[in-house]
Formats: sequence, C-alpha cells, structure tokens
Amino acid sequence: MTHPEPETTPVLALEEVSKSFGAVRALRGVSLRLYAGEAHALAGENGAGKSTLIKALAGVHRPDAGTVLLDGAPVEFHGPADARDAGVAVIYQEPTLFPDLSVAENIFMGRQPRRSLNRVDHRAVKRAAADLFARLGVDLDPDQPARGLSIADQQLVEIAKALSFDARVLIMDEPTAALTGSEVARLFGVVKTLREQGAAVLFISHRLEEIFALCQRVTTLRDGALIGSEPLEGLTEDDLVRRMVGRDLDELYPKQETEAGEVALQVRRLTREGVFTDVSFEVRRGEIVGLAGLVGAGRSEVARAVFGVDRFDGGEVEVLGTSLKPGAPSVAMAAGLALVPEDRRAQGLVMDMSIERNIGLTGFAETTRAGLMNRKAERSRSVDWAVKLQVKYARLADVVGTLSGGNQQKVVLAKWLATGPQVLIVDEPTRGIDVGTKAEVHRLLSSLAAEGVAVLMISSDLPEILGMADRVLVMHEGRLTAEIPRAEATEETVMAAATGRTKEGSAAA
Amino acid sequence: MTMTAQPVRSESAPRPTASRQFIDKVFKARELAVAVVLVVMLLATQISNGEFLSEQGIKDLLLNSTILVLVATGQAVVVITRNVDLSVGSVLGISAFAAGNYLQSGGNSLIAVLLAVALGAVFGALNGALVSLGKVPALVVTLGTLYVVRGIDSIWVGSRQITADGLPSGFVDFGTNGISVVPYLALLTLAVLLCVGYYLRSYRSGRDMYALGSSPEAANLAGVPVRKRIMTAYVLCGALAGLAGALYLARFGNVDSATGNGYELTVVSAVVVGGVAFTGGAGTVYGAALGALLLTSINSVLPALGVSSVWVTAINGLLLLLAIAVDRILALRVAAVLRKQAAQMRSARHD
Repeated sequence: MTHPEPETTPVLALEEVSKSFGAVRALRGVSLRLYAGEAHALAGENGAGKSTLIKALAGVHRPDAGTVLLDGAPVEFHGPADARDAGVAVIYQEPTLFPDLSVAENIFMGRQPRRSLNRVDHRAVKRAAADLFARLGVDLDPDQPARGLSIADQQLVEIAKALSFDARVLIMDEPTAALTGSEVARLFGVVKTLREQGAAVLFISHRLEEIFALCQRVTTLRDGALIGSEPLEGLTEDDLVRRMVGRDLDELYPKQETEAGEVALQVRRLTREGVFTDVSFEVRRGEIVGLAGLVGAGRSEVARAVFGVDRFDGGEVEVLGTSLKPGAPSVAMAAGLALVPEDRRAQGLVMDMSIERNIGLTGFAETTRAGLMNRKAERSRSVDWAVKLQVKYARLADVVGTLSGGNQQKVVLAKWLATGPQVLIVDEPTRGIDVGTKAEVHRLLSSLAAEGVAVLMISSDLPEILGMADRVLVMHEGRLTAEIPRAEATEETVMAAATGRTKEGSAAA
Repeated sequence: MTMTAQPVRSESAPRPTASRQFIDKVFKARELAVAVVLVVMLLATQISNGEFLSEQGIKDLLLNSTILVLVATGQAVVVITRNVDLSVGSVLGISAFAAGNYLQSGGNSLIAVLLAVALGAVFGALNGALVSLGKVPALVVTLGTLYVVRGIDSIWVGSRQITADGLPSGFVDFGTNGISVVPYLALLTLAVLLCVGYYLRSYRSGRDMYALGSSPEAANLAGVPVRKRIMTAYVLCGALAGLAGALYLARFGNVDSATGNGYELTVVSAVVVGGVAFTGGAGTVYGAALGALLLTSINSVLPALGVSSVWVTAINGLLLLLAIAVDRILALRVAAVLRKQAAQMRSARHD
C-alpha cells in the first residue's frame, strides 16, 4: 500500500506560513497539508518550530505571512475558539488545565452541555466526562479538582478534552511523553478509530517508532524551515533523523572522551517535601552527567535545591568536599557552583539590561572596590566572555532582549562561566535555539569537561542526553529511578526509566 | 518495587474516598466557617447584651450590611477573574450624588436608581476596557480610576450636599422600611446576590469567569473570550457599585463629595474574608456576602459589648490576616492530600 498525495482537498492546510517572535524566526515559509483519514507526523528537533506550527493551526498564533486553509478555502482564526469551532482539537505538550476546577469542567469548558434557559447541565457534564474516561480506559474521578493531578493524569485529561468533540482535525503534541505503555496503546486505538472515521491527525513524538506505528506521512522541519513532506513508507528511522538534524550526529554531539577525576559534586539523600525524594548522585571532574526525565519529574527542582534557590528538607550537598548551606546561592557560587537555569528569559537574564551588565551580574565581587563598581573592569570582563563564546552582537550595550534565542543562551552561559565554576549545572541548555548554536553549546560543554569541570546537564532532548552524557541519571515522579552508563544508554532504557515502566537499574551508585 | 509491596498497595488501590471527601468539605466549608463565626459572634453578643438582637437591632444590622454586601458581590466576580476593582468607593459616591441630584430636581425614583446603575456600569466598562485592552495590572488601573472618579466627583459636587428633605418621601421610605424586620434594601440585595450566584454557577459565561481566574493561559487556549469576560465582570461590578450608591442615598439620605471614601478596602477585605481567592478561580459570591456581613456585624457588636469602636479597624485587619492564613494552611493541606491520592491512584494503575 502506498500513500501518494491524495487528490482530494486537504481538510486543514498551511501555505507558505511564516512567524517571527522578535529576532527569532520560528517559521519560515512552511506548508503543511492534512488530509481526512490520514495520520501525519511532524518531525523536527526541539526548537525546529513544531510548536509554533501547531499554534498557527490552532488559532493561537496568527501567521505573519502565508495562509491557513480550511477545506481549501483561506480562513483566519481569530483565536482558539475559532479553530475549535472549525473542528480542530489540540492536545498540547504541556497540559493547560484549570487547577481550581473539576476534571469534568476542565474537559468541557466553554462547551458544557446545557439544559433549559441555556443553563449548564452539571450532571450531564459529569456523565460525559465519565463516559470519556471509560472510553479511554482510565480511572479518573470527574469531580476531582485538576490541582494535584500527576503529569500523566493531566495529559489524559487533555486527551479526553480533545476527544470530547467530534474533531475533524486532531493535533497531538507529544501526547505520549508521560503515559504508560497500556495508556499509549489505548490512545492509539482511539486515534485509529477517529482516523478511520475520517478525521485528519497531526502527530508529534520524539519516539520515532510511534511515528512509524501510527502515521502514513511525515513533514520535517529544521530551524523553522520546511525540509520535506513525504510518505513514511520506505523511510527508515535513520532517514528521518538525518532530515531532522541535517548533519551527521557526530558533528552535532561532539563528545570528547575524558578521564573522570575526583568527585566534585556529591548529593546525598536530598529531599524536598512533595517535590523530590531521596535523590543521591555524584558528578566527577571531567564528566558530563545527563539528568533525564519527563517534564515535571523534578529535575529542575533538584538543580534549584542543589544551587540553593529553593530550600531542601533533608539530605546534603557537597561541592569539592565542602558542605553547602541550604537555600544560599551565594554560598554555592563561592564554592564553585554555577547554574544555567531552564528559562533564560525569566530566570537566566534581565531582559531589559545590556549584554555587558547581564554578564556583569555574577562578577560584582571581582569588579567592585570599596563598595563602588568599576564599570571598566565589568566591561572588559564581559567583552572577554562574550568574545570567547562568540556571541553575535552589534554593541555590548545592546539590550539582551533583542538577541536571538541562541545568542541569549550564550550570554547566560558567559555570565556563569565568567565565575570560573568547578561544577556547572545546565538546565535545558539548548531549548529553543537553532541547530548551529546547539552544536556550539555542545562543543563548549564538552571542552569544559575536558578542562576538568564537572557538568550536570538536565535535558528533555533525548538525543542530546544520549549524545553528550558520560552517565545518564533518570528521574520519575520525584525519584531517581535509574543510573545508566553511556554504553547502555539508549532511547528505550532511558524512556523506560523515565516513565516508571521499569524499576530495574535503580541501583544508583 | 519488591514483591512484598504488592499486597499492601493493592489494598490501598481503590479510590481513596476519605481524602476526596476531605477536599470536598474543605471547599464547601469555607462559607460555612464564616457563617458559624458570624452566628457565634452574634449569639455571644446577644447573651451579654439582651438589647442587641432586638427588632431594631436586627433591622440595623441588615440595613448596615446591605450596601457592603452588594458591592462585595460585584467585587467577588472581578476577584474570581484574578482582577480587582479599587474604584468601587468612588463609583458608589458619584452614583449616589448623581441619583440624588436628579431626584432633587424632581425626578422619578425608579429612573434615579437606573441612572445610578448605568453610571456605575459606564465606569465599570472604562475599568474593563483599560484592564482587558491595555493589559495593565488591574490594581494600578483601578487605583487610577479610583482617584480620577473621586476627582470628577469633587469638582462636580463641590461643597454641595444632598439631604433627605430634598428627596421624594417614597424613596426615603424605601430606604428605611421593610417587611417586618427585613428591610426592602436587604431583600433587593438578597435577590441580586442569588441572581449573580446562580449566573456564576449555571451559565457558561459564569464558568468562564472561574476558568479565567484559575489559569488565564488555559482559558485562552480553551477559547474563552478573555477580554469580553473581563469586561462583563467589571461592568457588573461597576453597575452593582452604582446600585449600592442609589441604596446608600435611600438609606442615609445624605451624600457629599466624600461619600464612599476608603470603601474599596473594606470591600476587598470582605471578599477575601469570605473565601474568594485573591489569586482568582475560587470562591463564591455567597462567601463574599457572608464576609461583608461579618465585617459589618463587628461594627455593631463592639459597641454593644461596650468596646470602643476604635478597635473596629484593627479587628477587621486581623480578620483579613486570619482569613489569608487559613487559606494558605488549607491550600497546603489540600495539596498534600491530593498528592498522596494521586500517588496511590498511580501505583494502583501501574499494577
């Protein structure tokens, strides 16, 4: 069976769509056609523009250029409600629920069944939610508030929401990331039924085998540009990866072999009530240790606690033999620890300040004499690091908010490398930056490790973890579930530990 | 997991109903708790001072609280959407004067009330437009309109004053009379309260208000018309402040340029004490009304107990802090229970 481009009109399509956010060009002239009865995969690395594309289809973003076509006719979605009314259902990567409202209300918000006088029929809402859960085979109470649901349960609520109306187009952004095997199988069953009933499906997943199992056609994006749209039949996983990455993997993940030295960061039985429990690990000089896990598993929270941004309730953190005081980032910095946080816009940078001053933020001890800042010293320190990391800027006094994502990330890295850290924690170091800069960041991390810095790298980008880490630690629901040496780390072993499907290998050092 | 853990888990696998019930109770209990505090306080006062709950005493209590309840009802809707309206005191003042001014020049009572409501709604729409279109924090915007409206009021009113003898007697009677001990004003307020409460609970747009306050981003993705709903909330709040202005005129028959000064903070306190989350998404107008009732009752209780009324402000403040502290502790408790429950459900499902 082959799948040539059908002769029929696509249900929903994008033609030459572009979208920019400030200096970042998220989509550049991308076209996509979704046909009834066909499951279409969208492939691309983190930051390739997949989420932006979905939001353009869902009416969240309005394209700067190009058109959205519904049944062949141009439409303008003025908001998510318009897209929804056109029959487009979206399951977002990160669940967006109303924590204060019941699960049932979350599913039917804005579309509640009504009785006389247009009143909401609360009982029908509850019944319909229970029916949906039965269809999906999940055990959730429609009355339960969404607050406190695990990520997996939240994802199931999102799926139920998307299935709750007869969608003509079902868009799923990594719906399976947090689900167990049986839940995935059931979801795929439901999706297949919908597809056979004539719905068009757009599916995004990092698990390539899922793409091959579910989809007939694939569109690949790289750095916001369309690489190709073709039938999946005849393609191999390697073909797909090559299209996504656009270069050899060796070049993207330039991992140097290093000799692990003394223990630089030692974390013992670290616990923060209700967030993570009993986390123990060590990072040696010269090592890059990957910390993998699903969104919400508690990885960033561990990093924040280690660095002292958050307090911890129990356990111990030692940097090069000295025990750190909980909740004191300045002590951690003095001990040689640096944290490049997950969200560079909110946590890593002061967006309205210049490059120079952002880098200078970590250097007051060096650049201050008798309580007065030496602006010249700050400037030369900043220039040194900006040049070393090849930040592309017009003037050092430029506001960082005007830089592209990749350059912003370099400024954050410069800010922390300028402190001369012995232990570097990087949280999602390449999220939302282009492939070229990504490779540069990887090269930088690798050479830091070679110089004897201990690196702890948190990442949701599995190929990055597999490509860069000497050892992989995996967290699931606030616990460390596995420690996998480089040689044994594969997509399967890491994902199995991250979803809690196996509890083996939990013999953390 | 080890084999030995299995039987223990499967026993605890069924849905943990006890914790569910606890959560349900916590959310429903908030209004109840305020009501209990209110009743206990009134009864205790009655026991130490037999005069307190006389016919006139009850009537005064209800009359005194109606205006605050009305404004708190509107405010609660705004707060549920994760916004706030600080301009209610000024809007109440200017609406009261507008209605009085119209009545003094021989106007019809009903039209005077409608005029006050319409004026309030206009100011509400102004607030709503600034907050939803300008995307400026509501606290700042309504602080601005609070002063602007008060300024307009001062210029317009000057040193003039509305007094009861300039008003139609029917209008003044409506403000003081009632059916046995229940004043007309209280009945009107109760009717408004029930309507708004029913609207929030049983209409899509009412549910949207909660959605909006609970997570603005999710509301946007769910297709909730965010701007329209914020607008609705502010117009409703402004209209109720206007109506409260008319009732104020009927009740006191005396309005000048300072009427309603400083009222906004009492209103916000009442709403928060009544269990409406200041971060939006949770609470009911009934709770807000009970909070308003509680705060006004303290005003009457203290003199009846022979305590100087200078204490009233401090006690109101203390109640506010107490309410927030209770909210915080409960939120932490609830989060802990939910987490435990989720963990149980999960391990049950994975088996």
